[in-house]
Amino acid sequence: MDIAWPVGYNPTIMHGIRPLLWAAVAIALSVRLTAQAPPQTGQYDRTQITAGGILYGQCVACHGPNGDQIPNVDLRRGQFPTVVSDADLVRLLATGKPASGMPSFPMLRTDEVTALIAYIRSGFDAMGAAMKIGDPARGEALFSGKGGCATCHRVNGNGPYSATDLSEIGLIRKPTSLERALVDPTASIIPANRSVRAVTRDGRTIRGRRLNEDYYTIQLIDEQSRLVSLAKADLRSFEVVQTSSMPSYATTLTADERADLIGYLLSLKGR
Amino acid sequence: MKKLTKLFVGLLLVAATYRLDAQVTADRILRAADEPQNWLTYSGGYASQRYSLLRQIDTTNVKNLELKWMMQNQVFGPWETSPLVVDGIMYLTQRPNDVIALDAKTGRMFWLYRYTNSGRQTVCCGAENRGVAILGDRLFMGTLDAHLVAIDTKNGKPLWNVQVADDKLAYSITVSPLVVKDKVIIGVGGAEYGIRGFVAAYDAKSGREVWRFYTIPGKGEPGIETWSGEAHEHGGGSIWVTGSYDPALNLTYWGVGNPGPDYNPDQRKGDNLYTDSVAALDADTGKLKWHYQFTPNDPYDYDSVQVPVLADLMWKGSMTKAMLFANRNGNFYVLDRENGRFLSGTPFVKVNWMSGWDEGGRPILTPQPPGMSTYPGNQGGTNWYSPSYSPRTGLFYVSAWENYGSIYRKENTPYQAGRRFNGGGFQVTAPNPDAPGMRRYPINVWTDAVGRGAVIAIDPKTGQPKWKFPMYDVTDGGILTTAGDVLFTGNREGYFHALDARTGNVLWKSQLGGAIMSAPVTYSVDGKQYVIVNSGNVMATFALRE
Repeated sequence: MDIAWPVGYNPTIMHGIRPLLWAAVAIALSVRLTAQAPPQTGQYDRTQITAGGILYGQCVACHGPNGDQIPNVDLRRGQFPTVVSDADLVRLLATGKPASGMPSFPMLRTDEVTALIAYIRSGFDAMGAAMKIGDPARGEALFSGKGGCATCHRVNGNGPYSATDLSEIGLIRKPTSLERALVDPTASIIPANRSVRAVTRDGRTIRGRRLNEDYYTIQLIDEQSRLVSLAKADLRSFEVVQTSSMPSYATTLTADERADLIGYLLSLKGR
Repeated sequence: MKKLTKLFVGLLLVAATYRLDAQVTADRILRAADEPQNWLTYSGGYASQRYSLLRQIDTTNVKNLELKWMMQNQVFGPWETSPLVVDGIMYLTQRPNDVIALDAKTGRMFWLYRYTNSGRQTVCCGAENRGVAILGDRLFMGTLDAHLVAIDTKNGKPLWNVQVADDKLAYSITVSPLVVKDKVIIGVGGAEYGIRGFVAAYDAKSGREVWRFYTIPGKGEPGIETWSGEAHEHGGGSIWVTGSYDPALNLTYWGVGNPGPDYNPDQRKGDNLYTDSVAALDADTGKLKWHYQFTPNDPYDYDSVQVPVLADLMWKGSMTKAMLFANRNGNFYVLDRENGRFLSGTPFVKVNWMSGWDEGGRPILTPQPPGMSTYPGNQGGTNWYSPSYSPRTGLFYVSAWENYGSIYRKENTPYQAGRRFNGGGFQVTAPNPDAPGMRRYPINVWTDAVGRGAVIAIDPKTGQPKWKFPMYDVTDGGILTTAGDVLFTGNREGYFHALDARTGNVLWKSQLGGAIMSAPVTYSVDGKQYVIVNSGNVMATFALRE
């Protein structure tokens, strides 16, 4: 049942399911409020999303049922004029943006603010996932520092070419798929980004990222960032590697650090 | 011994697969002749001879050429690009402003970069691009909407993009840039729309403009006295074919296009410097060192954008740093490239707009009465088609339109921003009304009265033809010569020809099915020499049969 259908979208239907809805919310809130431990996955949990859905009723008059009624703002798709991280959203709710007509909501409790952010980050989908989005500046530091991402990935003309160029990753990936890629790279690599391994007849191994291939030849950029074209007839073996050469960050980065990294990646929208 | 052989074979294999990947430094471009397997500038080197030291393909075996691979342009239209080849990788452009990196051995693509033009760009003569320049790990391309873009050689991503001129005023770029030291030198087109032309140099790293030389002087500058009234403001002087560079003199040479309005000199009385001239510029500052004007106060659209070919010749007993220039106005010139001194001029086709030169090298003008034909005609004795000079034969080779004339008319045209600024027009001399014009029917009905194409081999010392290779139709194909004494060229008929560079005899030909509107390039990968040419929509690559 669509318990994530929280706000006056269709009064007739809403009337019918309202008792059910309130029951669900009551259960959800009680669960949420008794289990105060922060989530470890970098995601908001479903009870938070559900509770946020109820709270969104206060926003619907201006933002609309789909969150896209204000020009240049699309809450469901995560499009904001200035907001990037969750912390930005917390600040915005606390202070409002009087110049553009956004009121402040000082009456909201911290857990209610969190719930509202969870609902927004879920894309208004109670059955979906809602990623925490951290601070892009801290994320950038992790990208070139502790995370070691910059040793393989290239951004805005800097870095090696062996892994995919991330200059526009913020335009083409959602937070949830970025989190999945960080936690389980092999499961989430898209087939076109798989690396290839070729062994020449003289036993030399060439690894790289495939750029183009046909029946007789393969074009790749190797780990030394060289454009290489190989004739398959000159190879002893050739395979598309099913595992990602990227390490998992499930344990080497904390959930908050991954959220920061995701905040940075989402800010990469090309130039 | 066996072990050693094995090791050697192994090393060879390593070398074959793992190609050299050194960056293209300015020094490498300077010594392009040391690596004839590559093609590092538009004309194959700073002297712009379009001559290669490769000799695997020679006059004895050229008949064994076979097609290796083809590539089809995604956008239809004449394909004027001249590719670069660096260590087995070819970089080329296709209409309107795509850049492609591909394996020069197989034609398989590594990446494609698609530049999106403004949508309001205006060009007189087709959405052309003549190719990229390279320095370090960057390619440089001018765009139809008059931007200059730096592109990463590894992944085809843009690194910087600067506006060179305003496309709303019909500035455009079709020329392939020339890299000198740390600068990218480029020029603008649009003389048919009343632009004020210039050559400009940009810092390869940052895209910052370093210098700019206006081909039309401004108020208070030398040369302004060659323009009447305010005519210089829209004086034209496009740059649309790549220039040359002499490192010893540190001069870069650029042919300058026609004045505007094209056909009405009454609107711009005077010599109209520096239109229809070659300009020698200091490569560091862009300052004019010298100029030579081929056609003063031009009413015929005789752009002088031909490639300035640099060659050192014995001239009247002393070694001379010469410039060889076959001009659209029908004359072949030898200039002293240190100072621009006129050494000789000789018509290579029928010429009647002038009758000779005074002592200073200024043409003696003989304008034809109204309604009478002027030779050469509007498209010229030659045009943008790359010529070639072979130091082995000592001959200069040019694609020519012989016995080709036009009847010109002039009319007053007021300047309107971004609009055509022709000042009249022309018609091809022909005895019957159905004779073909510039744009051709699929079936060729060319006539003698309109003229014929030819490759002419000129001895620079005499200006006289050593041999001629006549064609039925006219030709827009450029010319490549090699140390194997083979001359490659194509024509509008779609034939790709290999001629004996010493005699002009046909050694081999292939019908490629579309007009050849660019110049061939040769290169070598893994020890095999390739020759490449564009025909219609197709780029075709040939090498010797295995």
